[in-house]
Amino acid sequence: MSEAQDFKYIGQRTIRPDGHDKVTGRANYAADLTLPGMIWGKILRSPHAHAVINSIDTSKAEEDPEVFAVMTHADIPNQTASGVQNILAKDKVFYHGHAVAAVAAVTESAAERALGLIEVDYKILKPVMSIDEAISNDSPLLHDDLFTKGMAEDPAVPSNISSRNELSKGDLEVGFAEAEVIVEREFRTATVHQGYIEPHACTVRYDEDGQSMIWCSTQGHFAVRATTASMLGIEQTNLNVIASEIGGGFGGKLPIYLEPVALVLSKKSGRPIKMQMDRNEVFMASGPGSATRNWVKIGAKKDGTITAMKAKLCYEAGWAPGSSPLGPACMTVFTPYDVDHQYVEGYEVVVNKARCAAYRAPGAPQSEYACEMVINELADELGIDPIDLRLKNVAKEGTQTMYGPKLKAVGLVECLEAAKSSEQYKTALKDNQGRGVASGFWFNVGGESSVVINMNEDGTGTIVEGSPDIGGSRASMQMMAAEELQMPVEAFSAIIGDTQNLPYSNPTGGSRTTFATGMAVVEAAADVVSQLKERAAATWNVVPEHVDWKNGAAINTKGEGVLTAAEICGSAAKTGGHISGRGNISARGASPSFAVHLADIEVDPDTGKTTVLRYTAIQDAGKAIHPSYVEGQYQGGSAQGIGWALNEEYVYNEDGRLENPGFLDYRIPLASDLPMIDTIIVEVPNSFHPFGVRGIGETGIIPPLAACGTAVSKAIGIRMSELPMSPPKILKAIHDAS
Amino acid sequence: MAKTHVTTTINGDLKEFLCEPGDTLLQVLRDELGLTGTKEGCGSGDCGACSVLINDRLVCSCLVLGVETNGDVIETVEGIGDSDKLHVIQEKFLEHAALQCGICTPGLVVSTKALLEENPNPTEEEARYYLAGNLCRCTGYDKIIKAVLDAAETMRESA
Repeated sequence: MSEAQDFKYIGQRTIRPDGHDKVTGRANYAADLTLPGMIWGKILRSPHAHAVINSIDTSKAEEDPEVFAVMTHADIPNQTASGVQNILAKDKVFYHGHAVAAVAAVTESAAERALGLIEVDYKILKPVMSIDEAISNDSPLLHDDLFTKGMAEDPAVPSNISSRNELSKGDLEVGFAEAEVIVEREFRTATVHQGYIEPHACTVRYDEDGQSMIWCSTQGHFAVRATTASMLGIEQTNLNVIASEIGGGFGGKLPIYLEPVALVLSKKSGRPIKMQMDRNEVFMASGPGSATRNWVKIGAKKDGTITAMKAKLCYEAGWAPGSSPLGPACMTVFTPYDVDHQYVEGYEVVVNKARCAAYRAPGAPQSEYACEMVINELADELGIDPIDLRLKNVAKEGTQTMYGPKLKAVGLVECLEAAKSSEQYKTALKDNQGRGVASGFWFNVGGESSVVINMNEDGTGTIVEGSPDIGGSRASMQMMAAEELQMPVEAFSAIIGDTQNLPYSNPTGGSRTTFATGMAVVEAAADVVSQLKERAAATWNVVPEHVDWKNGAAINTKGEGVLTAAEICGSAAKTGGHISGRGNISARGASPSFAVHLADIEVDPDTGKTTVLRYTAIQDAGKAIHPSYVEGQYQGGSAQGIGWALNEEYVYNEDGRLENPGFLDYRIPLASDLPMIDTIIVEVPNSFHPFGVRGIGETGIIPPLAACGTAVSKAIGIRMSELPMSPPKILKAIHDAS
Repeated sequence: MAKTHVTTTINGDLKEFLCEPGDTLLQVLRDELGLTGTKEGCGSGDCGACSVLINDRLVCSCLVLGVETNGDVIETVEGIGDSDKLHVIQEKFLEHAALQCGICTPGLVVSTKALLEENPNPTEEEARYYLAGNLCRCTGYDKIIKAVLDAAETMRESA
């Protein structure tokens, strides 16, 4: 692609094609489908955080006249499928809310009542609820066969430490020897939840001929098919998964919770089943993002040249080993900095909490928070503006990352410069107010995307894509198809195909959809153009090379003649049959998106209450296909990060029970908690994408943690090192300091 | 359990239904009447996704029992706008890209209608506090508030 492409449709602010359905209530989400004869499934969950299941007696529930089916772990056909013990616990429960049994009954309330008829005999064990407890020598073990992976020597005894990671470049000793100023500090972050507003839900039907249907809210319906087919021991061709509209995910709708249970219940009862989690189930049994304890040490010369960076990270996995984002946490921690000597070691521990799930840029917010806080403290120590310090050490094209590749062209310099010249950075602050700046880095991924564009007889087209649309991506697909075919955006509709309509597509995650599925759309559109040209060439009796495609029409360059898409498609039956274009790709070249955020926060010293006065999010989009939805991602990521920094945390009691599984007590930001969030879109094109796109969905959640952490610290004159900085914690810090 | 016969007016239509004493209005709307535009996010009155108007008063339909609504006039998101034309509020939500996943949108459209009927010229702060009962996890509210204020201005001009 060229540096400065002229676009006709890309960059406009079109109305999204699914918009009318969403503002009128017509759009159908996971819980909105009802089938004839349908009954309801519900899950019995453990009241204990850590216990052995001695026995489960389902006989009373089975005898209940309103109950059609009861199941436990033993009813899952494939007992060795991956993740099966999170679907329904086998012989041990590992967290408050762990699924133990399920029933299907005539109504949802009947199913709930029937859960009370199931008798479970537990032997209660002491729960392990924090990193500190997990790594202490006298801690109970969650798994007596868990030996730490990644150690130099295989450990002789099991522990709650599931794995160790290490990455390095250069020589830390050399780097710290060159340093004239060194700052080191430890930070903690709490367990958080993605907080999507739509609870997990599905409606399923198992048919007597062995063919099944699942309707559900998921970021990846092909993954739902693979997991469910594996657990039930059925062929993928006999299971059609239909992605409903999805009411938020942020990584939390990548895992599968209900679908295999619902399908077994449907098979047992012979009826369609609907299951929907209630809100406290969502908080107890889905989601969470890892709590962490992270230590960072950075050395620099007095002129601001950073000489060495070292980190030790510790992430909770929840109960299931391997479920934390420790890998990306280590890979991202220092990437915004071009520093020769870097080292990170990471540990994952298991605790009696729900199995962790991906949460927007998984792992990066916590690790980069620690790094960015230390960078800001270092700037204070050196007496250098924090943006200048970042610019002096900035990652750019050619920077060697700790995790492997050298960076291609990226936009961090441009983001930092835009931050420095922003309105907000020039505004003076008053008493009890503080400002924080922070950078953020996320890789982005490519991966497998499948797209078909079916051309209709009137020359319009239907884009069938395999990526659930979680935030308006269908609009971007329309625009990219329009750009390639040089036809109006309105000439295309865009739908999410079922698993039976398309080959495999990776889930919507990793900020990959507009990048990778967009590439597949462009490839499918190019395929359509090539076929349209061939048909026109045949009509004119010239070779296809003598046909141009311009403004949505074929032009005969060797004579006179113009054929529009409508004309070619309208006579397609006579020229070889109807036309569809295909783009089944495995996309490479996802390029990182860097961001810089500014937060101005006021703290009420009497109450500890924080007010976000002003916020600016600056990020490199490569090329913004639909600027409004790019801004929306920046703003939404900022809001989630602000919530993470200021309010959100899981609260457990001494028995390991989650005490705040609801939106009243797990308080995500409200409209009244936030100011307008200013955005600046930086565009440094990604040369691997035909239009220059970088994924942009995730980076925005990273910088707010340190931007807010620094702003609050400055406002009260005390260095805060633990999230969330809720009013009681701020008040305590003020009292402890005075 | 014996069901109760209830008569209401929903979106201008006479609607009769049978419900159990414990059924919420939300359950009745979604599961009995097929009005699934009203969403359940929490079932405890914390998220506002199930917002409806009862006799012009904004409520969370998960906190109202179906049996309580006998004789009431209820408006849901399906009743906002005409069949061939969106309401200004709906148009402005689309123009400003004030939705991403869209699950909170029906509740916000209903709440915004209630806000602008009470206060046709709200300040940004008034809009933010009035809509504080409608959670959105995707947008950070920026574009929602801009859509609401723009809708207010457009409605004032055409009033």
